[in-house]
Amino acid sequence: MPLAKRIIPCLDVDNGRVVKGVNFVGIRDAGDPVEVAKRYNQQGADEITFLDITATSDKRDTLLHVVEEVASEVFIPLTVGGGVRELQDVHNLLNAGADKISVNSTAVFKPEFIREASSHFGSQCIVVAIDAKQTQWLDKGDGQDRWEIFTHGGRKATGIDAVEWAIKMADYGAGEILLTSMDGDGTKAGYDLKLTKAVSDATLVPIIASGGVGNLEHLVEGVKLGGADAVLAASIFHFGEYTVQQAKQAMRDAGVEIRL
Amino acid sequence: MQIAVIDLGIGNLRSVEQALNAVAPNANVLVTSDAAAIDQADRVVMPGQGAVGTWFNALSERGLEQVVRDSLDSKPMLGICVGMQALFGHCEEDGGVDGLGLFSGEVRHFSNFHQQGPAAPRLKIPQMGWNQVSQRLDHALWQGIDDQSHFYFVHSFCANLNLNAEQDCIYGEANYGHQFIAAVGRENVFAVQFHPEKSHNDGLQLLKNFTQWNGK
Repeated sequence: MPLAKRIIPCLDVDNGRVVKGVNFVGIRDAGDPVEVAKRYNQQGADEITFLDITATSDKRDTLLHVVEEVASEVFIPLTVGGGVRELQDVHNLLNAGADKISVNSTAVFKPEFIREASSHFGSQCIVVAIDAKQTQWLDKGDGQDRWEIFTHGGRKATGIDAVEWAIKMADYGAGEILLTSMDGDGTKAGYDLKLTKAVSDATLVPIIASGGVGNLEHLVEGVKLGGADAVLAASIFHFGEYTVQQAKQAMRDAGVEIRL
Repeated sequence: MQIAVIDLGIGNLRSVEQALNAVAPNANVLVTSDAAAIDQADRVVMPGQGAVGTWFNALSERGLEQVVRDSLDSKPMLGICVGMQALFGHCEEDGGVDGLGLFSGEVRHFSNFHQQGPAAPRLKIPQMGWNQVSQRLDHALWQGIDDQSHFYFVHSFCANLNLNAEQDCIYGEANYGHQFIAAVGRENVFAVQFHPEKSHNDGLQLLKNFTQWNGK
């Protein structure tokens, strides 16, 4: 009886509404986050992730409020990310009811932050989110694919190799890695399986595959070919194409260990 | 009914509080580090996250060890995650920490038990996610929960089945590279390695059972 693979619906939240971007731009409204979270909970989601894409910090209180409301009704793990810069931000989100905090840009500018946050709050609640894009720039002539990580919601290149970064972040105390392929995000063409596999093989912390899911077969591939421990998807669930229950059944039918 | 949730300033106790409120709307759930409040409560929940050494330091800084020991002797008590690990004799984490000793045995890192070598299955540590729990013995807290139900686990250290002698205390086990203790209990104490407050309907059922359990 191995550990079940997780299916994680992801809610991109902008100023208190669920939205879904395509390749990080272009926004489609997908509803009230509390209602959406409750629906996924009823469908048997293993976990729910909220990513706050609100650019300004004054609107951040809206997210705290959303997290509070969801946490009082939804009793599965909640991961929350977006704009986490200080230990106080982690503290506030945990207090609002989040179980895990996802950190992206701040980890790049201040890697020590991950060390501090994980030693202070425990590795189990610190997720490092990596947005990566395949690149020729980091090619070392060894025939291996390379991916570069980006910050600021995919707007700023960093010159950092994604696999090396994942190893470093795990070493600094990240308890999990949320790995988004920017090439795949919003395209519905499937996860970047090579990227997922490369990161999963290189680290011993759980990997969440993200970016590009268009159908249920993609979820199966993420686990079976990408080696992911959890698969994250947004739009296939938001717009009613599939329920979480259908996704789980499809994975079980494909021989993936799942909690039904 | 007063339920005290022991607050050591570590981790997220809101979920435990909210889950208890959801299953026992008439109970007075108090997240507290006040010894008198814990002493007066009818039931006590002892959660825990992070490192066990930090947990014990916080317990002694707040002067709560005695009231915890008294509660372990006297009223329904539920340990969760590190709150379960703390009940064992010794924990390997943080260079070795003595536990409360209600159960014999040592809590050790998963890597001690996982097979090594290129052919061994690669198991991620922490174990993070939903695993099935085998109910080895009946207990009031399992009522209404199917055997082999999934619960949510997040931990790197575990209580090993064989190292811990008191087999009649082991109410649940799970497998992650090897069999480990998922639920342990004696008299008025029940403790789980998983997080019932994050385990959807089955977790809520276990918490509900706890709020109705007379500790016998």
